[in-house]
Amino acid sequence: MTRRLHVSTTLNGDAVDFLCDPRETLLDCLRDHLGATGAKEGCGTGDCGACSVTLDGRLVCSCLVLGVEAEGKEIGTIEGMADGETLHPLQRKFIEHAALQCGICTPGILIAAKNLLDRNPDPTETEVRYWLAGNLCRCTGYDKIVRAVMDAASELREAS
Amino acid sequence: MNYHTPESFEDAAAIAAAATGTTRFLAGGTDVLVQLRTDLVTPDDLIDIKHIPGVKQITRREDGGWRIGAAVAGAEMTETAALCADWPGLVEGMDLVGSTQVQGRATLVGNLCNGSPAADGVPGMIAAGCTVTVIGPEGAREVAVEEIPAGPGKTTLDRGEVITGVNIPPRGAHGGDAYLRFIPRTEMDIAVVGCAVNLRVDGATITHARVVLGAVAPTVRLVPEAGEAIAGTTLDSAALDRLARAASAACHPIDDKRGTIEFRTHVAGVLAKRAATIAYSRAKGDQA
Amino acid sequence: MALDGQKTAYTYIGTTPDRPDGLDKVTGRARYGADISLPGMLHGAVVRSPHAHAKILKIDTSKAMALDGVKAVITRADFPDGLEGEDWNLQENCMAGDKALYDGHAVAAVAATSPLIARDAAKLIEVAYEPLPHVTDVDAAMAEGAPVIREGAADFSVPDGLHPNVVRYFDSGRGDLEQGFAEADLVIEKSFTTEAAHQGYIEPQACLGQMGGDGRGELWVTTQGHWFVRRMCAAILGTEATGLRVTPSEIGGGFGGKTTVFIEPLSLALSRKAGGKPVKMGMTRSEVLRATGPTASASMDIKMGMTKDGRITAASGTFRMQGGAFPGAPVDVTTMLAFGNYDIAHVRQVGYDVLANRPKQAAYRAPGAPMAAFATESVLDELCRQLHLDPIDTRLKNAAREGTRATFGPKYGPIGLVETLEAAKAHPNYRQPLGPNQGRGVASGYWMNWGGETSASVAISEDGSITVSIGTPDIGGSRASMALMAAEAFGVPYENVRVNISDTGALGVNEPTHGSRATYASGLATIRAAEDCITKLCKRAADKWEIDAEAVTWEDGCAKPSGPNAGDFPPMPIAEIAAEMGETGGPISGHFEGTPAGFSGSFGTHVVDVEVDPETGRTTILRYLVVQDAGKAIHPAYVEGQFQGGAVQGIGWTLNEEYIYGEDGRLQNAGFLDYRIPVASDLPMIDTVIVEVPNPGHPYGVRGVGETGITPPLPAIANAVREATGKRLCDLPLRPSRVLAAIRGKG
Repeated sequence: MTRRLHVSTTLNGDAVDFLCDPRETLLDCLRDHLGATGAKEGCGTGDCGACSVTLDGRLVCSCLVLGVEAEGKEIGTIEGMADGETLHPLQRKFIEHAALQCGICTPGILIAAKNLLDRNPDPTETEVRYWLAGNLCRCTGYDKIVRAVMDAASELREAS
Repeated sequence: MNYHTPESFEDAAAIAAAATGTTRFLAGGTDVLVQLRTDLVTPDDLIDIKHIPGVKQITRREDGGWRIGAAVAGAEMTETAALCADWPGLVEGMDLVGSTQVQGRATLVGNLCNGSPAADGVPGMIAAGCTVTVIGPEGAREVAVEEIPAGPGKTTLDRGEVITGVNIPPRGAHGGDAYLRFIPRTEMDIAVVGCAVNLRVDGATITHARVVLGAVAPTVRLVPEAGEAIAGTTLDSAALDRLARAASAACHPIDDKRGTIEFRTHVAGVLAKRAATIAYSRAKGDQA
Repeated sequence: MALDGQKTAYTYIGTTPDRPDGLDKVTGRARYGADISLPGMLHGAVVRSPHAHAKILKIDTSKAMALDGVKAVITRADFPDGLEGEDWNLQENCMAGDKALYDGHAVAAVAATSPLIARDAAKLIEVAYEPLPHVTDVDAAMAEGAPVIREGAADFSVPDGLHPNVVRYFDSGRGDLEQGFAEADLVIEKSFTTEAAHQGYIEPQACLGQMGGDGRGELWVTTQGHWFVRRMCAAILGTEATGLRVTPSEIGGGFGGKTTVFIEPLSLALSRKAGGKPVKMGMTRSEVLRATGPTASASMDIKMGMTKDGRITAASGTFRMQGGAFPGAPVDVTTMLAFGNYDIAHVRQVGYDVLANRPKQAAYRAPGAPMAAFATESVLDELCRQLHLDPIDTRLKNAAREGTRATFGPKYGPIGLVETLEAAKAHPNYRQPLGPNQGRGVASGYWMNWGGETSASVAISEDGSITVSIGTPDIGGSRASMALMAAEAFGVPYENVRVNISDTGALGVNEPTHGSRATYASGLATIRAAEDCITKLCKRAADKWEIDAEAVTWEDGCAKPSGPNAGDFPPMPIAEIAAEMGETGGPISGHFEGTPAGFSGSFGTHVVDVEVDPETGRTTILRYLVVQDAGKAIHPAYVEGQFQGGAVQGIGWTLNEEYIYGEDGRLQNAGFLDYRIPVASDLPMIDTVIVEVPNPGHPYGVRGVGETGITPPLPAIANAVREATGKRLCDLPLRPSRVLAAIRGKG
């Protein structure tokens, strides 16, 4: 058995550490060692986006990052998106627009959408669709997801 | 699997040279981790080069060219406006690799070293005339990008050799490049055919063109006949037809789950025409 | 109190409140199949056949067992013998016996202390195979000389002289085909193929099973139907059904694919062998594609005749489908639905269910219907084009309506095909101008829907709030629909209702969330259980008022005297009755157990505009319209969601999704990279129109809406491509190379 390595990192602002096999992905470590099961494994090969998280603010698939690479980094997951009891506007709009059916892709899509709006507060529908092309949803046909993101962007712009 | 985090390329090369089993360098990891997950390749030694100073840097050189560090992610290239202005085709090619998430990790050098004939990042580099810097047990050398791929999944690099970065030549005046690929969907697919064109004009006349095809042969392929077909022309329809024929004639594709020989051969010509038209327009300074 | 007749005015039905599970699902708290862990838990992994068809000569597990951390290895020898029929099929599919029947067929499984050790151990299990000739194509599988998958698998329906791989045969019809075709001014006959598609749910199968040597256990699992899982696991393991309690997790998509079992019995068998330690198992995406249940592939011959003025005179179809190495391809449904949209006097349908070396098919949204619609609606479109008839007017002329005798036998009750056609015709999308290389396609389709065994309970809490317990997992917002129906029945605010999906220990048997039955059947059960509860609430009020129970009525969440003769009492709210229920007779709850049979089909009509790149053959969807009959839309936003999701799955199946097998019989595209489901940038907004022709068999008029949406897209898009290119494509998917070859005259 491979020797396990000790990793110290930051998860949604909290200092955390864990032991992992170097073969384990960041997704494995989040789910199995840190109890953060909001990121989902849909494919394990970077094709579906259900495991989307941010790493030092950069949107990534956590299945395409090794756990050991998280040393000294800041990880952002769905568990850190709401501010206490207050949902992020994207989270609220997803519920209001019925932008989720089964909900398995929702955490990844919310993380990806927030990363878009952090960079581009006024995206076009086409920009939203291409930004989210790596987040597969099999239930909704994306219509209500795109509408929810556009509506959240609009609300965020009005608030700022 | 042993995980290494060397702090210099010399150390990285030394670890690789001393290793006896399967070795992989880790930059963006978007190919290495997929191979690991699907049990295609489980390296005995995995050498993470991201702790080496300078690997995440995009540098404009004094001659106007660019240096892209080995661990620069695609998104970081796309976010560098001056680089996009100089080499839109090269940057677009890299930007087409995978999703937004993959762009946050995938690197130009990794795309090259993965050895895929369908790599979207590679044709643009070859069309632009890029070189890479290689460090190995014998020291450093500079190699033209087209000399790196050796066949599907294979490169000409020796054991213990590692690429430290990509050197992009100065754009210079009146030049333009473009990259197009064909995929069945709009995103998330591997290129069925890819084509990069880089050219320079004098007035309306093309003085020099490089045309590079992807996914139509065991390696990404520079097609000199295709460049010659449009050099000296104003990219009139006869020249475009000659270009398409030369591009199609250079194809030696395979039938596989992503496309047929006949389709790839035909579409290579179509994409060559379309990419050349965009590159020509950019070279002339038209609105892209 | 019973509701006589159907309600028509609603307070809550038809509104779109936030779903009750929304908060958990946008914060990452909702627990899906792979999100649970237990103390002492082991992790499982499966060894799968790399061969399409092979004898299993020997399985050597010694090296795996010797690995540190490995606690149990199982093979077929760990399962009971003597199963028959579908139970045997399920067992054989979950764990191969003498032969591996397809690429990915499970042959052994291992449990270890970590996922990585389990994976390493699986690689150490040595299986000796003797490869056998294989066949994966349906036409090849029933041709003379094709390798026989299993002797004696055919049932009584199969006529003599057919290949042993033909295991079921269907033949139905009426009228006189010869006469019908003679009446036609134009007869068109064409052959079609569709490839297997996968449901493509984003959450792979996952479960956590625990079972002791006494055959008693617990299973946490992502499933559409946990009673199905209980019954199947008990049969496969040879245990008693009640010994196993199955708790459904939140489910990350199913579309029919999670109505059966694959790894679930393995986790229980491993647990039993490992001394009762819980065993967590999850599939990789590659395993999902190779070894769960994609839909059948089909090969079809269609002949239809039409008069110059657009009347269909006769129709016949032959449908051949392979559903993997086991009987069950939904060709029976295909033959029923093939021409079911229309009133046709002379009709015949013949179906063949054929074995091939592919995974055992499972249900996929309207199983059997989309393939049939592709073939029949393509021929109908071709008839319209060649006779210069409007495709919607022609469909209206032939449309089945209330009283039409369906091509499969019974008379239709009130149905909404005509209404969907009229709404599609009136929609602005039908009049948008088209540019070069663009085309418009129309097609209709339907799903007959389902009722099935159903039980539900409604319980009143001490404060008067209401718990609804149902047995159909919430796969797309059905908690909201149930809460709306309960709120409507009780006349209390939506927020006062909580809907729980109960485990198998807490309710009677329930069929899965399948067949578009959840909103219909669990909804009906919820309303009936609420009515049962209301009767009891009225009784408590009557007792207190010392009047007859019949003299009490229920209105707006309160018991009221039913008229001046009943006495003069102020309304007694549910909270007041609930607060005293301990003293007035104990807890109050209501129940429904039954098999609702008043389901009724949902028809839909789609209009799609495409553009085809004439140089590459690539098809782009420009506009898409879904018009469908919901009977009554309980939560219209989730109804629209079903329409949109179904349409987009159909778009995927039509354009790019397919199972690709190599010459070696192995699946070549076992990942989301090359099994290409639509991505956000592939699509426009999906326009919807909800038509409401109430179903008299449901208290509020509900029809299931889940499945119909995947049926019209296949022909609608092919019809649009026909208009854009002038070419009739008869083979799906419409991959660019195929379309380009047709455009260039080589198709």
